[in-house]
Amino acid sequence: MLPLNAALFLSAILFAIGTAGVVVRRNAIVLFMCIELMLNAANLAFVALSPLAGIDGQVIVFFVIAVAAAEAAVGLAIIISVFRHAESVDIRNFSLLRW
Amino acid sequence: MLTQALFYFFAGIAVLAALMMVTRRNPVASALWLVGTFFALAAIYTLLGAFFIGIIQILVYAGAIMVLFLFVIMLLNLGNAFEPDFRSTVWKVVAGGASLVLLALLARMVGAGVPTLAAEGGVDLVAAQVAEYGAVGAIGVPMFLDYVVQLQVTGLLLLVAVVGAVVLAKRKF
Repeated sequence: MLPLNAALFLSAILFAIGTAGVVVRRNAIVLFMCIELMLNAANLAFVALSPLAGIDGQVIVFFVIAVAAAEAAVGLAIIISVFRHAESVDIRNFSLLRW
Repeated sequence: MLTQALFYFFAGIAVLAALMMVTRRNPVASALWLVGTFFALAAIYTLLGAFFIGIIQILVYAGAIMVLFLFVIMLLNLGNAFEPDFRSTVWKVVAGGASLVLLALLARMVGAGVPTLAAEGGVDLVAAQVAEYGAVGAIGVPMFLDYVVQLQVTGLLLLVAVVGAVVLAKRKF
């Protein structure tokens, strides 16, 4: 039997690393990868708790993966169209509509 | 005992690869380290008994989504002559502080929340479901019986995402 606390703590560590990456980096593609890491950390918590709370956690992980795939497709298409416009994927080019 | 050793081994790989992913300047290197994290997480899912999720993790995440990322990096030619994209030292301190606070909060929740869940006693239920339907059926049966609406909405979402990606990535719109 695996230590459940260790799995949940690993999930917390991965989520914190993903948060730090989102704050530190400016490359839009790397930001997306950090968000994928945070989604994976949440998935790990769902899977770790599923032996205790029922199989529904793994079903939800399946849905999270499907939504992450959709998000990656749309987000990368947006990055491509911004790159055509600004010749760069730096998120400082994404701030036109901010204020 | 071996399971625990393997768990800590793959947990170390996952954390190390995630740190390397955040700290590498080259986007291609970041993407490849993230693939490493996904493989380690797939191994951990398998160790936790979620065999189907582990396979899906490798097929969909490491196989499809990361290949999409690498394709876009190569399409935009970001792999060479990349510019350093780290923010200034102030932002790095903010990032470190924010992630430490988040980690402390999550760790506190982990410490406080687990004993109540352990009293639910669903372990036998999950084991019985896996024994009855198999590793795939244990997920598939509740997905197609209890989560039909969510499944249909997810299919619709994927359709919209595909159409939207094609429209956005087209030359003119």
